[in-house]
Order: sequence, then structure tokens, then C-alpha cells
Amino acid sequence: MVTKKLNWTHLTISTVTLAVIFTVFQYLIARQLIDVYYQINLFMLGINIILAVSLNLINGFTGQLSLGHAGFMSVGAYTAAVMTTKLGYSFAIGIGAGCLAAALMGLLIGIPTLRLKGDYLAIATLGFGEIVRVVFLNIEYVGGASGLIGIPQLTTWTWLFVSVVVTVVVIQNIVNSSYGRACISVRENEVAAELMGVNTTKYKVLAFTVGALFAGLAGGLYAHYFFIIQPGTFGFFRSFDILVMVVLGGLGSTTGAIVAAAFLTVLSAGLQSFPEVRMVLYSVVLIITMIYRPQGLMGNKELSFRTFQRIRGDKNGPVVNREPV
Amino acid sequence: MYEFFQQMLNGVSLGSIYALIALGYTMVYGIINLINFAHGDIMMVGAYVGFFSIAILGVGVVPAMVFAMLACALLGVVIEKLAYKPLRNSTRIAALITAIGVSLFLEYATIWLLTPQQRSFPIGTFPEKNYYFFDQQLVLTNKDLFVLVAAVALMVLLQYIVKHTRIGKSMRAVSQDMEAAMLMGINVDKTISYTFAIGSALAAAAGVMVGVYYNTIDPLMGIIPGLKAFVAAVIGGIGIIPGAMMGGFVMGILEALVSGYGSSLYRDAVAFAVLILILLFKPTGIFGKDTGEKV
Amino acid sequence: MARLSTVNLCKSFGGLSAVLDFSMEIGDGELIGLIGPNGAGKTTVFNLITGVYRPDSGSIIFNGQNITGKKPYYICKQGIARTFQNIRLFNGLSVIDNLKISFHKDVPYQLVSAILRLPSFYRGESWIEERAIQYLEIMNLADKREELASSLPYGEQRRLEIARALATNPSLLILDEPAAGMNPLETQELTNLIRKLKDNFNLTILLIEHDMALVMELCERIYVLDYGRAIAQGTPEEIRNNPRVIEAYLGEEVG
Ligand SMILES: Nc1ncnc2c1ncn2[C@@H]1O[C@H](COP(=O)(O)OP(=O)(O)OP(=O)(O)O)[C@@H](O)[C@H]1O
Ligand SMILES: [Mg+2]
Repeated sequence: MVTKKLNWTHLTISTVTLAVIFTVFQYLIARQLIDVYYQINLFMLGINIILAVSLNLINGFTGQLSLGHAGFMSVGAYTAAVMTTKLGYSFAIGIGAGCLAAALMGLLIGIPTLRLKGDYLAIATLGFGEIVRVVFLNIEYVGGASGLIGIPQLTTWTWLFVSVVVTVVVIQNIVNSSYGRACISVRENEVAAELMGVNTTKYKVLAFTVGALFAGLAGGLYAHYFFIIQPGTFGFFRSFDILVMVVLGGLGSTTGAIVAAAFLTVLSAGLQSFPEVRMVLYSVVLIITMIYRPQGLMGNKELSFRTFQRIRGDKNGPVVNREPV
Repeated sequence: MYEFFQQMLNGVSLGSIYALIALGYTMVYGIINLINFAHGDIMMVGAYVGFFSIAILGVGVVPAMVFAMLACALLGVVIEKLAYKPLRNSTRIAALITAIGVSLFLEYATIWLLTPQQRSFPIGTFPEKNYYFFDQQLVLTNKDLFVLVAAVALMVLLQYIVKHTRIGKSMRAVSQDMEAAMLMGINVDKTISYTFAIGSALAAAAGVMVGVYYNTIDPLMGIIPGLKAFVAAVIGGIGIIPGAMMGGFVMGILEALVSGYGSSLYRDAVAFAVLILILLFKPTGIFGKDTGEKV
Repeated sequence: MARLSTVNLCKSFGGLSAVLDFSMEIGDGELIGLIGPNGAGKTTVFNLITGVYRPDSGSIIFNGQNITGKKPYYICKQGIARTFQNIRLFNGLSVIDNLKISFHKDVPYQLVSAILRLPSFYRGESWIEERAIQYLEIMNLADKREELASSLPYGEQRRLEIARALATNPSLLILDEPAAGMNPLETQELTNLIRKLKDNFNLTILLIEHDMALVMELCERIYVLDYGRAIAQGTPEEIRNNPRVIEAYLGEEVG
């Protein structure tokens, strides 16, 4: 539900909370009070949130099954890294170029493939992701299979934090607007949407483009945190990993995607020293979740101020809540 | 010129393996509309069963293949019962995720139990013998011959089962219209189990063939051939059995030509590029029927 | 000038001719019925008019503009709205969100304003919300606004579909079996409602209906389809007495 006016109280609470989180971590990192291992996972968490929330716009809200999100991520990562490492541009320009390149790719892929439906679209996007991977594998300029190395570590906590917040706010603001409703109507009933005046192709392409843009952002941040990017990092498995976060969190729930991204990042960090067991466990958890809670953690509901009001027993909180964060 | 025929020949052998795997995808999709992502991994399990039959029991290739087929038929049925059946009425995406989950499970359980290391079929498993034609310009190896003969035999057998047996008829009925089939007294659960059993057995046979053909196997060997076979099934129009065979051969030949004449590094990309192109012009595959939604 | 005319429309599926040489002319402000036995091709005619299917041949002229082969969303923007034989609501959305989607085609703010939450966004949203509530009130659904569309009883779902169509601000409203599944009382209410909507919104209405009482009472003219062909047209009186129509319905009672 879209609020008719800006709610100053909620905005203030959100801003203060975010500022506190930011400052605490900034302090901990600057003073080197959290060791590298936790820091890596913290950054991975932020990147995963960006990926999951942006994929959710495509899969969750617009209902288009995409298995190629890592492809967009890699386009962003390689573009940004080439801009900074090879061409000597600043980090901001690199990131911007990465986002644009990925968005352009989303647009290019979106227009023709979105004629496809359901499983066929899933397979075509999977194919797209694989093609991107093989193409980078074959370009010597970016290091081929051994990858692009020597990328400066420019992704700071500030960059990451701001990027996550911007991603979440932009996508939530789109979703909770007439444009987002148009996307959701495509998911709910494509035929009816089209007949009520919604240009469904346009909104599928919009979702793909915006989703890809943020995947590109995640890629750029990733490249400039880990020094090195390899085509293998952005294979099918990464796309799938992101999809799992979205589905586990609940398709069409941004807060769900965030919570699931956090949960899976922590889980996978915790089991890092037992890689095989980790994957076996991961797959079993996945299967069991799909059998017993196929709608994911949150369904398509959001955690919001209203949820907390309801939990506190506030009778004014309505049952359905779709509230901008 | 001979070079071209040589590549075609290689392509046909490879294609017959893809065709066998593609058949399983297509049959399962035709009947429960599920992309069984674990299918490639069932092939991998088949290759391992074949490997152990040869290496430990010391049997020949043909009995090894039969063991593999039996084991995987059972595995396919168990997977369906445990993982897919509970999801029969849930969303597409839940089923898809489960299928990928099963795929990961098979891959990493194998790595866990058997280590990620590659294994080679024991030397002498398969007598190396080459047949030369046209002044030694064209080579047909024993392996090619084995793969081709076995694959064609299995496809003929499958055609017979689908066309002329009771179970084949129920399979066709269920894929046409599950509810109607149920009302006609067809045991849908049983039919689905048979479909998984047959599809998985074919994949297992393909797994042993891959083992023989490339001589090495490893726990992740199913991923790429699995994806390509799926592409083959889609190209042929998913759900259509002859389409899957055709698609398999098309993929095999295409791949052989690309590695022969272009860059073998681009081999995998070409498969997907072809897939996307075909889908764009014919969104339901070459042989697929356009089933527009009734409004 | 005719509001809508179709000229020699043809559409076949595989070998089956669903609609054959169908021509029809609807004047401004008319209330027209389209009847015929099951499978006669009525819904297919609607799908052709609204752009869901592209005709094999023939043309569709709406307000003097040729809309043949145009996309459904474009046709909707020109002023044709419809309901569906099998209800197609946005099931996972609330009643009011179902309606808000109809206003999307003239959304009063840019995507950028939505992202940045500029004042035009809030103004636009309140405009949309007010309008949506107006339509819900007209259709007597205002107190259900926050409920899920799928949780409404059948009759209310049909009303919501009509509300949603109306909210696109059409000049031609086409209804596919609006009374299907309703009891006589509900059907009578629906009859009155359709009359009221036609007058209040200056609508031209085309409807498919199997309930002959409703058709005969409401429609000024009727077209009859059988096996994809128009076999008769005329006033309810003429149709009632047309031997070909009676034959097509094979002894089914007409009127
Ligand atoms: N998308 C489609 N694909 C194939 N056949 C179709 C399609 N849509 C309609 N048909 C066929 O066209 C014929 C006319 O169908 P239509 O739905 O227009 O009939 P109708 O007059 O609306 O019938 P009813 O009163 O039962 O709603 C039927 O034989 C139907 O099966
Ligand atoms: Mg109809």
C-alpha cells in the first residue's frame, strides 16, 4: 500500500537506525576491531543483498523467471574493473560504467527474450549467463580463464553501505508506485494486465533493465573488493544462489530477500571449512524448504513498521502491508 | 572435404549421447512439466555405477551398462517420490528450485563420498580398434561404433515401449491431459514412476557411454552435457520424443563442427546461442506446437 | 458514425474456423448482444476486437481508426475495455490495487518522481486512490477495498472485473457472460446495473450472454453467431422469431 504522504516519523526512525548501523561498523572497521574473515563476509552480505533485492524485482515482483543474474553481475564487474584497472578512470566512473553496461545488457537481452514464457525464459536467461561467461573466458585482454587481476581495492564500507541502501530504496520506491503495480500486474495475470492498458513488454524490459543495473553495481563492488575476478565466479551456480535467496525469502518480498541473503551468507560462512558437507546440507535445506514452505519465509509480505505495530498489538495496523522502507 | 565428414561422424556419435539424455528431459517435461535439472547428474551416477561394475566386479561394458541402467532407474523413481511428488501442485519456481537442489545434492554427495577426483576406466575396458575409409582419410573408432549402435538400439527400444506397450500408452495419455487420464482409470503415479525410471535408465546408459568415449569421469561431469541435452530437448520442442532425438543429433553435429572449424573454447557458448536464436524465432522449439493461451 | 465496426473478420485455429466473415456495426450509445450456442466463436470475436488474437483477415474500425492487429494495451488506451468469461482478476492483490492498475495508462507522474518520491508522486497517488475508491463505491465494493481479490465471493469478483474495466475510462465496454453463475436475483440486479452504467458513463456496450431473459430485456439489437458465422441480426423481437436462430439453438428455448 502506498502512503499518500511522506511519513516523517518513519523516515526519521529509518534514517537514524541506518546512521547508527553505518557508524558502528565504520568505527569497528576503521579501528580494525573485526578481523578480515568477518569483514569479508560482511561485504559479501552487502553484495548479496544488492543481488537478491534486484533479482527480486525481476523474479518476485514481475514474475519473470530469470536464471542469468550472475551474467549481468559479471558484465558490471568486468566493465568496472577494466575502467579502473586498465583505463585509469576513477572508481565512481568505473562503477557507473559497470551499472550502465549491465543495464544495457539487460535491455538488449530483455527485448527479444521476454517474448518467451516461464521455463523457456528461464532457460534462455541461463543460456545468456553461460554465453557471457564463455565470452569473458575467451577475451585475453581481461585475462581469460585466469581472470582479471590486480584490481585496486576501492570498495569501502561507505561505498558498500550506500549502495545497499540506494538499491533497496530505489527498488522499493519503484515497486510501491504505479510502475511497480504495472510490474506486479504482469506477474498476477499477464493477459488481464495487457487488456487493462499495461504495456506488459515494456514493464518486463523495465524490470530486467533495472534489475541488471543493480546486478552490475554488485559486480563492480565485488571486483573492487576481492582484487580479482574470474569468469568462473559468475557461472550458473552464482545465478542460482541468488535465486535461492529470493525464493527462500519469499518472491515479491524485499525484506524477505534481505533476511534470506543474510541467512545464507552466514550459513555458508559458517560451513566454509566443510565445503562438501556445506553443499549437501544446502541442497537438503533447499529441497525441504520448497516442500514445506514453497512460498518462502515471508510469502509476499514485508516486514515494516506496521508489522511491528501489529506485533505490539496496535489495532490500527491493517492486515496487508506493503510499506516503503 | 573428408575433414568435414570426419567432423560429422564425430558429431553424430556425440549427438547420439546427447539424444539419449535429452529423451529423459523431454519425457519428464512432457508428463509433469518439470525441467528435471538433476537429470545430468543421474547420468553421472550412471557413469559411476558403470565404472565400479567394470573396475570392481570386472564385468564387461554391456553388463556394466545394464547395471547402471537398473540402478539409475531406481534412483530416478526414488527422487521423484521423495522430492518432486510433494510439489506436484505447487508453483513452477518451487519445483525448479527443488530440481536444482536435487542436482546439487547428487553432485556434492558424490564428491563427499567418492572425492572430487577424476577416474579413468581401466585400460582394456574397451578394445581400441580403428576402421579406416577413403585412403585413411576417414576414421571410425570402435568407441564411435559402440556408442552409435547402443544409442540407436535404445532409441528403437524406447519407441517400441512408447508406441506399443500399455505403459507407453498411459504415458502418452498422461502427457496429453493428466486429469482426463486419471478419470479414464490410468494410474498416474505409476505412470510417472515409469517415466522417471525409463528416462533415468537412458541417462545412465549415456553416462557409461561418456565414460567409454572420453575415458574419464568425475562428480561434476553431468552438468555441461546435461545442460546441452536440455538445450537439445528444447530445440526439438520439449515434450516431443522424436524432437529430442533430432535435437540431440543437431547439437552433437554443431558442436563437432564448431570445435573442428572454429574455436573449441566457444563450443559451449554456441550451444546456448543456437538455443536462444531458435527460441526467438520459434518460441516452442522446432517441432513444438504453438499452444497459445486460450482467453 | 459507428463506434465500432468489424468487416469480414476471420480467425481459425489449426483447421477450425472459429470466426468466419463476421461483420458487425455498433452505433454510439447502443447496447448490443452477441449470442450463439457454445463454441460458436463469440469469445473469439471479443478476443479479436481487444487485440488478444490477430485476425487472419478482415478489419476492425473503432472511432474511425483502424485498430486491426494492434496490441491489447493500445486498444485499451483507445477506449475499449472488457471483462472475461473466466474471471481474470489480479488474485494476489487487494481489491483497490486491482483497480489502481487500470489507472496506470494515464499515470500522472514519471518513474523518476516515484524513485525520488517527489511531490508529483504523492499528488498522483492520491489522485489514483480517490478515483479508484469512486469506482469501488459505484460498484458497491468500497468496504472490501483491502481484501484480497481472490477471497471475494463469485458475484463480487464479477463486479470487481466490471469496476476494473470501467476504471480504464472506456467508451466501449464489452462484457463476456457477465451473468454466468448468478442466481435470478443477482441477474436482475446486474441488468439494472448495466443500464445505470451505460447512462452514467455514456457507454456503448457489447455483451455476450447465455441468459436469454437478460439479453432480450437489455439489448437494443442482437447478433447471432453459429459455427463462426453471423446467421442473424436484429431487434430482440426479430431474433426471437427467426427460424434460423431457433434451429441453431436446436430446440433450445429462445426468449
Ligand atoms: N486459443 C485457441 N486455440 C484453439 N482453439 C480455440 C482457441 N480459442 C477458441 N478456440 C476454439 O474456437 C471455437 C470458438 O470458441 P469461443 O470460445 O469463441 O466460443 P464461444 O462462442 O465463446 O463459446 P462459449 O459460449 O462456450 O463461451 C471453439 O471451438 C474453441 O475450442
Ligand atoms: Mg465464450
